[in-house]
Amino acid sequence: MDDTTSEKRERFQNNNLLQAWLVITLALIFGIALAGVQAALGPKIEANKIKETMERVPEVVLGLESAQKLAASGESLNIQSRIIEVDKKNKKKFYTVYEARFQDNALAGWVAKAGGQGYADKIELLVGIDALAENITGLFILDQKETPGLGNKISDTAWRNQFIDKPATSPLVVVKDKSKGASNIDAISGATISSVSVCGIINQTVSDIGPQLTSTKKE
Amino acid sequence: MADQPTALERFVQGILPENPVYRQLLGMCPTLAVTNGMKPAMTMACSVAFVMLCANVVTSLIRGLLKPHLRIVVFTLTIATFVTIADRVLAAYLYQMSKTLGPYIPLIIVNCLIICRCEVCASKQSVFTAASDAVGQSIGFALALASIAVVRELLGTGGLFGIAILPAAWPDWVIMVLPPGAFITLGLLLGCVNWLEMRRS
Repeated sequence: MDDTTSEKRERFQNNNLLQAWLVITLALIFGIALAGVQAALGPKIEANKIKETMERVPEVVLGLESAQKLAASGESLNIQSRIIEVDKKNKKKFYTVYEARFQDNALAGWVAKAGGQGYADKIELLVGIDALAENITGLFILDQKETPGLGNKISDTAWRNQFIDKPATSPLVVVKDKSKGASNIDAISGATISSVSVCGIINQTVSDIGPQLTSTKKE
Repeated sequence: MADQPTALERFVQGILPENPVYRQLLGMCPTLAVTNGMKPAMTMACSVAFVMLCANVVTSLIRGLLKPHLRIVVFTLTIATFVTIADRVLAAYLYQMSKTLGPYIPLIIVNCLIICRCEVCASKQSVFTAASDAVGQSIGFALALASIAVVRELLGTGGLFGIAILPAAWPDWVIMVLPPGAFITLGLLLGCVNWLEMRRS
């Protein structure tokens, strides 16, 4: 009789769940604490992300100079975001597109958020397209982890400015010999893959959403 | 408990005699990864300090309840919680910096330095001792990160905290802000520390 009770007690004490009571309790407390932190800070983090994008839209659509002039005159663009759905062969692809209008409701242009694989990691960027969907109005790199000193030059203003006024109707071509051409983009020396990636993302985005932008314009 | 170091000893040891990077060679991941500039290095040092202090205090508070075979789980759980809090706070208030540091903030969870302090000090000693140990180790870690970041940022970009210091003619040694620069700098500085140590004795 004694044997079975002590055996029972031993089994009870060796119970995995019972042994882990501290871990389980802590996990619960920490889980609640983290949920609280997320509830308090989540909206702010989300707002940071949207703010960063929104701040760049005027610059990407109008060019830095005109955007600063517009801001100095106290006006701002009305920016509305919407999701554009593109049917691919097997799956659907979604783009967030920001529609920028002047105060008098005239269309200034569109900014599309796009991403793709770079040399090191995913590159996220904003590409501006003019109101007629004929030209690229600007480029801004939101997020990249390319090689410092080489590939991260895709964020440099000088390199990004090449994209301004390039046609949106034909694909961009990366060149290494600085040859001038309507669609030519000079590659960053030592970072051809990063340069090609950025152009590839833009070409893909523009060809995906271009037709939809022109069709909404006619409506 | 008589043979355990006191709170003051713990505090002093963490700074130089048992410096986390130069003497214990712990926490190498952030040491190598985020020391390409003073700003990211100092943000990392602050995050590690916050996590280490909180983890040490909590571990010390529950040290009587720890079971030997479950202690590492408890440590990791505690550390992960505070790292997540640090990560969220950075994303909310220092958004650009949080983007720069990227995955290295979540990686503090597996920083052996913090687990080591929980194991060596916090799970055995009082809350006060554990807290002063965390502060001492954090100062030591911050000094070590700063020593590497100063060399790398100054030689790699000619400035500190993003402010130009060296004359514009300085040809930026790009390799210093690239990963190889981290290994070269750490190796040379470690060598220097060991050489000084040998000369002293």
